[in-house]
Formats: sequence, structure tokens, C-alpha cells
Amino acid sequence: MTQINVRVDGVTYTDDVEPRTLLVHYLREQLGKVGTVIGCDTSNCGACTVHLDGAAVKSCTVLAVQADGGEVTTIEGLAPNGGLHPMQKAFHEMHGLQCGYCTPGMIMASVDLLKENPDPSDSEVREGIEGNLCRCTGYQNIVRAVQQAAGEMRTAGNGHTSPAEVDTAAAPHVAAQQ
Amino acid sequence: MTAIEDRPTEAPEREVGKARRRKEDARLITGRTTWTDNMVLPGMLHLAVVRSPVAHGKITGIDVSAAQEAPGVIAVLTGRDVAEEQGSIPCAWPVTPDMVNPGHPSIAVDEVNHVGEAVAVIVARSKAAAQDAVELVDVDYDLLPAVLDMEEAVADGAQLTHDHLESNRSFHFVFDGGEAGTGADTDQAFADAEVVVSRRFVQQRLIPAFMEPRSVVVQPQGDNYTMWSSTQVPHILRIMLAMVTGVPEHKLRVVAPDVGGGFGGKLQVTPEEVISLLVARRLGKPVKWTETRSESLMTAHHGRDQIQYIDVAADREGNVKGLRCRILADMGAYLRLVSPGVPVLGAFMFNGIYKFPAYRFECDGIFTNKTPTDAYRGAGRPEATFAVERIMDELAVELDMDPLELRRKNWIRAEEFPFTSVAGMTYDSGDYETATQKALELIGYDELRAEQRRRRESDDPVQLGIGVSTFTEMCGLAPSRVLGSLSYGAGGWEHASIRMLPTGKVEVVSGATPHGQGHETAWSQLVADRLGVPFEDIEVLHGDTSVSPRGLDTYGSRSLVVGGAAVVNAAEKVVAKARRVAAHVLEASEDDLDFSGGKFSVRGTPGAEVSIQEIALATFAAHNFPEGMEPSIDADATFDPENFSFPHGTHICAMEVDTETGMAKIRKYACVDDVGTIVNPLIVEGQIHGGLAQGIAQAMFEEAVYDADGNLTTGSFVDYLVPSAADLPHFDTGNTVHEAPGNPIGAKGVGEAGTIASTPAVVNAALDAVRHLGVSDIRMPLTPERVWRALHQGGDGGDRATAGTNAWGGAQTETTAGVSTPQSALGGDR
Amino acid sequence: MIPAAFEYARPTSVDEALQAIAEGGDDVKVLAGGQSLIPVMRLRLAAPETVVDLSRVAELRGVRDDGDALVIGAMTTHHDVMTDPLVQQYAPLIAEATETVADRQVRARGTFGGALVHADPAGDLPAVALALDAEFVIAGPEGRRTVPAAEFFVDYLTTALEEGELLVEIRVPKLAGEWGMRYEKFNRVAQAWSIVAVAAVVRRENGHIAEARIGLTNMGTTPLRASAVEAALAGAEASPETIAAAARSAAEGTSPTSDLNAQADYREHLVQVLTRRAVTAAAGL
Repeated sequence: MTQINVRVDGVTYTDDVEPRTLLVHYLREQLGKVGTVIGCDTSNCGACTVHLDGAAVKSCTVLAVQADGGEVTTIEGLAPNGGLHPMQKAFHEMHGLQCGYCTPGMIMASVDLLKENPDPSDSEVREGIEGNLCRCTGYQNIVRAVQQAAGEMRTAGNGHTSPAEVDTAAAPHVAAQQ
Repeated sequence: MTAIEDRPTEAPEREVGKARRRKEDARLITGRTTWTDNMVLPGMLHLAVVRSPVAHGKITGIDVSAAQEAPGVIAVLTGRDVAEEQGSIPCAWPVTPDMVNPGHPSIAVDEVNHVGEAVAVIVARSKAAAQDAVELVDVDYDLLPAVLDMEEAVADGAQLTHDHLESNRSFHFVFDGGEAGTGADTDQAFADAEVVVSRRFVQQRLIPAFMEPRSVVVQPQGDNYTMWSSTQVPHILRIMLAMVTGVPEHKLRVVAPDVGGGFGGKLQVTPEEVISLLVARRLGKPVKWTETRSESLMTAHHGRDQIQYIDVAADREGNVKGLRCRILADMGAYLRLVSPGVPVLGAFMFNGIYKFPAYRFECDGIFTNKTPTDAYRGAGRPEATFAVERIMDELAVELDMDPLELRRKNWIRAEEFPFTSVAGMTYDSGDYETATQKALELIGYDELRAEQRRRRESDDPVQLGIGVSTFTEMCGLAPSRVLGSLSYGAGGWEHASIRMLPTGKVEVVSGATPHGQGHETAWSQLVADRLGVPFEDIEVLHGDTSVSPRGLDTYGSRSLVVGGAAVVNAAEKVVAKARRVAAHVLEASEDDLDFSGGKFSVRGTPGAEVSIQEIALATFAAHNFPEGMEPSIDADATFDPENFSFPHGTHICAMEVDTETGMAKIRKYACVDDVGTIVNPLIVEGQIHGGLAQGIAQAMFEEAVYDADGNLTTGSFVDYLVPSAADLPHFDTGNTVHEAPGNPIGAKGVGEAGTIASTPAVVNAALDAVRHLGVSDIRMPLTPERVWRALHQGGDGGDRATAGTNAWGGAQTETTAGVSTPQSALGGDR
Repeated sequence: MIPAAFEYARPTSVDEALQAIAEGGDDVKVLAGGQSLIPVMRLRLAAPETVVDLSRVAELRGVRDDGDALVIGAMTTHHDVMTDPLVQQYAPLIAEATETVADRQVRARGTFGGALVHADPAGDLPAVALALDAEFVIAGPEGRRTVPAAEFFVDYLTTALEEGELLVEIRVPKLAGEWGMRYEKFNRVAQAWSIVAVAAVVRRENGHIAEARIGLTNMGTTPLRASAVEAALAGAEASPETIAAAARSAAEGTSPTSDLNAQADYREHLVQVLTRRAVTAAAGL
């Protein structure tokens, strides 16, 4: 066992872990951060993406001991005080998710992308999230969501959060039928 | 004017048709989800499955002693240990009376028949301990020859997949339009034909590859058991588990919490579900099994895998005269829940939207030493649509006709609906011409054709092709009497109930179990319109056999068409009951009541009104209730459709092919789908997008490949290529709306349309780009290598090498690829 | 899956790292970014006795200017390499190729040195290092030694590193001005490894190609130089025809594998097309 100190979603934890424990297993099983999920074993799908010291990483390909002394943000801590990050809000508004399993990783990767490119084109978004697989959406609404969030974050600033309640009003970008 | 007349008189805004954002999203975007693997129970034990590394062999010995002594290990069970209680994984669809079912133990007892088959299960205190002990189980096998090729498997003297069977054939299913009285004699039609075109198409094996790996948790409570499973079918699972294990149905509760995609891949009763229940029963402790991705790709059922011999007969003017389909369908090593039914569903769809006067379909279900196949998005209909849409292009080439012109000449015209097809299906409604016109405009067809001409004339290394697919499908599985006639083991109805809570809120209980589709939102829209209550006041409950006791779950684009119809009918019953209460409360005759916007009002008596939500409270109190009426306005409904519904559409793909490298890239994709009434355009668009991605992926990226020893070499996402955002194009989508007459909503189903339609459009586009260079077929997926070979060496691009990528060797391990011999091409460990 | 258990060491200097490797037993794996090693360990293809994690060895990170060479620390992440101004100025080929490696999450953790030592024939950076005539500075119990790229890649997943040694930095000759560069990568999906790729470095002089260095990815068990093409291009006119003719010998001396993505003969074809395209672009045509 190795002792680690790690700050996750704003809370500092001191824990003993086996060196072989993957960061994602530590998050899910020792901290109960089950919002972050596991989708593969070869670092392809990106479902487990979290931020480690400010950069998006695949937490299934990082050992928990490597996060010692580090700061981790998961989907559960992305927006402070239980609010919604503009990216979370945009995924909802643009219908950028269906089953939702890839969604936490997809959102975390997209937030990371915007840090580097605050106004990405369609193809820049697509390349920016190439490390995250979604089986449901065909990605088009994810691209829309990332671009919408980018717009909102450019005007409102990065720290902007919305209330936690999702608004189920009709989406204006899709024409009502009949 | 009086104050009363000033009140708004227009009808309340309809919910159906509104692009409501989804209620489900709140928990999914914040990580507050209930995936099965999230669940932790006190004292819970973890399972890991020891799997066969050989495709076919006799088990001659299993030594579990080292594993049993490993730290943290509680028990190790082999097939022998559970032989008496594990029964057989059920197959609910004996498609012919003489269908051969070899039986399917959850843990192999004497013989293994595919790589990845369970041979033992480790029960341990932690997941890591269970995993560590897997490597300590020593199994001896006497190797037997592996049957891997369907055409070889049906040849005389073929090796056998199962020693105790007489052949590799499970069934021979025939539908003959002449014999059924739905068409003319097929042989005669071919004998008389001026033109016959014959092709052999290969529907490669695919893997559903839902994003959430499967997971099962079982909690024993006395002689009761609760199973949480990442399943599409909690209701079917409960019934089948009771039948298989002998745990009485009423002692078993099955819950499907949040489920991360299914696509048919979780329409199953899996060996791991049975094993988990057996272990929990034996040890009296809660257990959990969660698979890894490589385990999932190797052992969760696969889809497609057909060889299709298609003949089409026509006259010189392009009038089709007959269609003959002979299909080899790979069942894999065993029959799972609906394995045999998948190709048989296609029997009624190979004729597509065309007026073939004669049609014959024959299908052989074949056993091979591979992972079993079963439902994957579309299940039988993508295979059929591919065949007919590909052969129509081939016929057009033979006749030197425009492929769209040929389709137009033969498709059912709008004024001919309802139309009974040569396969005996009654197509409900539609207009193929209008959908096609809209799709042509959407993609900019004429400009693309002009560019194609320019590229051909200039001999551009990058050629452009345009492919069309005008498809229909049968959705809304299914009329129970039809399923009965096809020997399916259950009906096709769906159940719903509506509970009117005292505070005016509404609980809708649905037997259709979602796993990403958005039932909670769409059902709320349906009920809001029917009851006139706010969308926000409605909660949809599902996926737990103790909450929604009756249901047949979600697959086959059935949820809205069948399950939604049940919801609507239940709502109508609630209104009828509430009307009686309203009449009593308002002291009026029921006949004098209007119901609009959630309120009953007495015609001609302004101000005399009561809302249905107020009636719910009055019903709860039951102080003042109609004589002889029980104090409830709740209602149940079970809807059994009379007919399938038949969505249709036109899909057009523009494809660039780099003739130097063989790389094919979609330039543009447009489609116009008619899925009947659209309840939620946002959800419908999303379903089309996702369906397109999977259909395009079949055409271009995905294939489950086995090597000469029966090892799955596409055993991880390194080699099984699920496309990313960067690999897919933007989609331009549109709709026409012809209501389905068969259900009260008018919806036809949308879950599978994109997948079914897109695959042939993509392949037709690639061929159109290079047809003038002498290419007439390219096998799926259209790998650059295959395109290049077809261009430079002729043929269809041929087989691929079977070795996984040599990149880091990570794709190939003993667990994912089994044992190696000189014939099996291991990528790694060199 | 979960890796098999191992002992873990986290040194903070090169000396400590060498000591940890020496003391780690028979089967020691050095953990750089972990983006290949951890998946391999999860699949239990590798089950080392000891893992020596270099992530806290600060001296192994960063890019510095050392006269006529750039020095890239072995533990510099792909992200830091491709965004480094010195790399972009003097070795844009490295930036261009690194951008194609996997995806942004992997590039945030994966390292330049780790990718080179892993010596994956389908990996992009070995061929780039080879084309740039980079040098590998290796530390060991006996001190430091420098190995040229041409001698560094020995076999499939095997380099000139001896047991107990560590790659500490990579010296890349500065190339600018008349030099043009291009990395042509061919793969089926965005995040996949190269089926074949070509790294071309070309110096033009008076409408001629004075010198061409061409590295090939995944055309054998190690990265290879397309020597026949280089010879044909040296001093040749910089025209599409000349380049196309020279590129036809790109498969000479290669021995590509056959796998799901490509059989050997197709790789031999692809390498010619990609070499033509890479050289043409590098030559500014």
C-alpha cells in the first residue's frame, strides 16, 4: 500500500492505495465518485476522462499513485455548488447525449478542448474529441453542444455556471413538427 | 363582451411535436447516475469468469486448487459444479419445427465451442482478487477442429461445430410467395426473365459495442432475489431466469437501472446473469460481475454475419419480375434468445419497396465455433435492405439505367397504399417519390453529379460517387398473432399504467424499458396532451419488474409504436373514469362535459369546471364519489398492434475515393425519413444521427475478425473500429410525415431507420465512384486496402489479414486472443 | 481490467531512478507517460515486478536550446513538445507528427522519450527521430552515452538501451531555412496508429533537392530510412516527376507486416504514394 494525498472536486483525501490501483478505480471505489465510468481497457474510449492538474486525462490509464499531490476534477465537481457548467447545459440543450454513458468523459474532454481553442470549428471539435467514443449520437449534436458552450463561455466567462435544474423547454434550433 | 368570453379559447399548445429537451439528462450530465456497476452492497462478492482460450475442444481436466487458495478467493465453481442447476440459455424463437438447438450451458461442462466461453467462475472479496485468481485456474483441453467458415460448414464432409449433432445446420427456413399465395411462381419468373443479375454479398460480423460494459448485481433476501442488470429486457429476463434456474418467477425481481446503450446487444439472457444468480443462491451473499471491454467484445453476442446469394429477374425495360434470396446466417456456437429469428425477420423485407411479382427466400442457420450472434440494431432488416438496395444498383448497371430511375419504375406509388407486398406484409402509408425529391434537394444532387463528371473527365485521382438507398422497414415489434405464426415464444404487446396522485402529479408506468432513447420525455409529452396536465407534473417509471410488473421491453423500434400506444390508451381510460367523477362533482351529465386543457367543463354553464388534477385529489379523499364506482381513476392498458408499421426514407451518400490509396471518405450525407407522427423532433433527429453512425460504421469501419484458430483478433477497440467524431461526416436530415394508421399516435418507429438505410447508400456511393474503373463490388467494411485491391487487382477486395494491429501488441493477449498456433496471427509478444 | 500487483518506486532524480531500476529485481518497467504501458499491464500482457515512475524526475522535462541542437527531455509530454516554440521553429516535423499521435488526453500524459523507447513500429515518433538524425542520450550505471537514431532502434519494441539504462534526452539537430518537412500519416480512424507513415525532410537549393532524409513508419519491425529514395533525390531537380520517380523505390529494403489494416504488398504500395506526397510537400511543391 502507498499513501496518497489527492484533492478531488475540492476535497482533500489521504488514502492508502495499492500501486496497481487505477485512478478511475480509486475515484469510483474508494471515493464513490461513480459519475466517472469505465468503457474500455485500451485507452480508446475516453469514458473515464477527468482533469488531472488542469489537463484532461484518461483516468483508466493513470495510476492513483501518480495523482499523489495532484488535483482532480471529475464531472461531479465541474460546476461549483451543484450548478451546471455551460458545457453540461449545452449537452442538454443540444441533445448531445442519449444513453449518457460517454457523457461525463465527453464533457470533460470538451471543456479541456475549449481551454486551448475557445472558438473551434466543426472539424476542430471533431478532432478535439477524437479520443472519446459515443455509440448513440453520431456526434453531430455533441459538436453543436461544444460550439454552443464555446459561445456562451466566450461571452459569459469560464467561471459562469447555471442553476442545477435542467430546462426542458423546447429546443429552438429544431423545428417543431406538425 | 363578458369576462368569460374574454378567456382564451384556443386549444392548449400541443406537446406532441415539440422539441422538448430531455428530462433524463439532468442525472446523466452531472454524473448522478445509477449504472449497475455503481452499486455496492454490504458483503458483496465479486465474480470473474475464466474463459476458454480455444475455439473447440473437450475439457479433460480443470484444476482450481491454486485459485481456491489464492488470497481473497471465496469459491471457484466449474461447469461440473453447477451442471444440475444451470439449465440452458434459452432460445425463444424456434423458427422451424425441426430446428436443432444444441443446448447452451452457462458454464461449459464437457466441451467448449467458442473462444471466450465460460469454463469456471471465481468468487472473491474484491474485483482484483477475483481477477488475479483467473490466471491460477488450469484447464486442459483436447483440441477439436474449429468450424469457422459458413460455406465450408455446409459442404459435404464438413467438420462439426458440435460433435453430437449431425450437421452444422440448425434450421432451413423458407418463405415462398408462390406457395404463400402472395406472389407468382419464382422459378417461372426467372425462367421467363429477359435479364437476370446474381450476386453474392457478405454481411460481415459486427459487435453491438454498447458503451456501458455489461454488469450484474444479485442480492439474495431469504428465498427472494433481486437482480440489477445492464439489460434492455428486465421483464423477459425475469421470466427466462425463472424458467432456466427454477427460482420461482414471483421470488425474483429484476431491475434495469440506467443502462448505457444496448442496440440489441443487451436483448439477451446471458450466461453471466445466470451464473450470478446461481452463485448468489449458493452462497447467500450479494454478488457483482462487471465485464471488461475485451471480455465484452469477445463474449457479448455479435450481430449480422450472413452470406447472401441474391438473384433478381427483370425485363429489358427495367420492370422487376422476381427476387430470389438464399441466405447463410451464422448463429455462432449456440442459439441465444432470438438468434434464429434475426435472419427470419429479414425474410419479409428483402423485397424492399419494390413491386416484385415473385419472391422466394431461403435461409439456413449455421453453427460455427464463434461467439453466438443475435439482435443488433435493425436485426434482419439491415441485411435485407442491403441486399435489395445493392442488387437494384447492379441491375441498373446491367440495364444501363439510372439507378434512381430503375427504383422509381418499380417502387410502390403513393396512391397504392396500403399495399400488400409479395412477402405478405401490408405497408401502411408513405410516399417514396416525395421523400426522394426532398433528399435530392438536401444533398445538392445535380451539383454533385456535375462534379463527378468533371472528376471523371480530368481523371482526378480522387473520384466522386453518389449512392442511393430507398428503404422501408417493419417496426413496432410486434402483432402477437404474427409472432405466433412465426413460432416466437412470446407476444408483442406492451403494457402501461397511469397513476393519478393526490397532489395532481402523474405517474406513468411503462413496460418498455429505455436505455438512452428518451422514453421519460416522450411519454410525458404523450400524457400531457391526453390528460391536459403540465409536462413537468409527469414522472415516467420503468425498468423494475416490481414497479412495472408487465412489459416486453425495448427493441425493434417498438417502444413508441407499441408502448407509447399503451400509454395513450391508459390515459384515455383515466379521462373516461375522471369524466364520471367530474360529472358527479359538477352535478351534470357526462354527455354535457367538455374535456380540454386538463379541465372538464359543463357546456353552456360558464364557470362550472373542475380539473383532472382536482379530481385526483377528490378520488384520494373519496368523500363524495359516484354511486357504485370504486375510488380510483388510475388505469392500465395493454396494446397489441394489428400490424407492423413501415417507416421509409431516401438516403443519399456522396463519397470521395482516393484511387491511389483506396481511402474512401464521405463527403456529404443527406436523408429524408418518414417515421410517421413525430412526438419529439429533437429525439427523432438524434435517433437518426445515431443510426446513421452505426450503419456507416458497418459500411466503412467495423468487422469482427477471427483468425484460423477461431481467435477474435478484433478483441479491443484498438482493432474493432468504432468511429469517433473525426471519422464521421455532418448529416443533413429531413422528414416527411405519413401517419401510421395502426396506432393511436400515428408513429412508425425511428430507432433503427438510420442504421438500416445507410449501409447500402454508402457502399453504392463508393462503387459509383469507381465503377467506371472496372469495380463492381467491394466487401464491407470498405477498408482502404480492399478498395485499392478492387481497383488494382479486381474482385471485391478479398479477405483481410487476420492479425491484429502490431501496435504495442496490446490488442492481443492470451485473454483476448486465446492460444496461438502458426496459423493464428498474433500481433504482439514478438 | 486491473494490472497485476507490482512494487512501485518514484524517484525524483536520474540517479535515484537508475538506482531504483538497479534494485527493482528481474523485471523492471520504467513508467514514463504510461499511455502504452498501463493498457498493456491492464491486459496483463506485461506484469512487471517493479514499476519505476519517472513522473517526478523534473530534470527529464522540457526543451532547451543547445547551440546547433534542440534538447528534448525524455519526459516532456507530447502536448508540451508540440506546443514548444523551439520545436515549432527548428523541428516542425516533430510538432506535426506529434499532433497525430492518439488523442489529446493521451498527448497530455504520453511522453516523447517514452514513445521512442517503446519503439513501436506503428508509432509515429521513431521514424521522425530517424529522419531528423536525432541522437539519444542514455544514462546508465556507468555514466552517459550517446547513440545515433540509426543505431537506436534494434527490433520490434527493442532499442539499444541496455538493462539498467534510461533514456534521458534526445538531441535534435536544428533545421531551418532551406529545410522543408512533412509527415504523411495514413490510418483508418483518427486515433489509430499509423498503417504506414512517411516523415520527409528535404533541403532545397536552386530548384534542386540538395538532400532528402526519409523515415518510414510501420514498414518493418523498426522505423526505416528510405535510402534508395534519398539517393535518387540527392541533387535531383525538384519536380513532381522526379519525386514521383524516386518515390517508386520507397519500399526497397522494407519488410512490412500483414495485419487487419493492411497486408504487406499494400503497405509496399502505400509507402510509395505517401513518400511522393511527403517529399512533394516538404520540397514546397
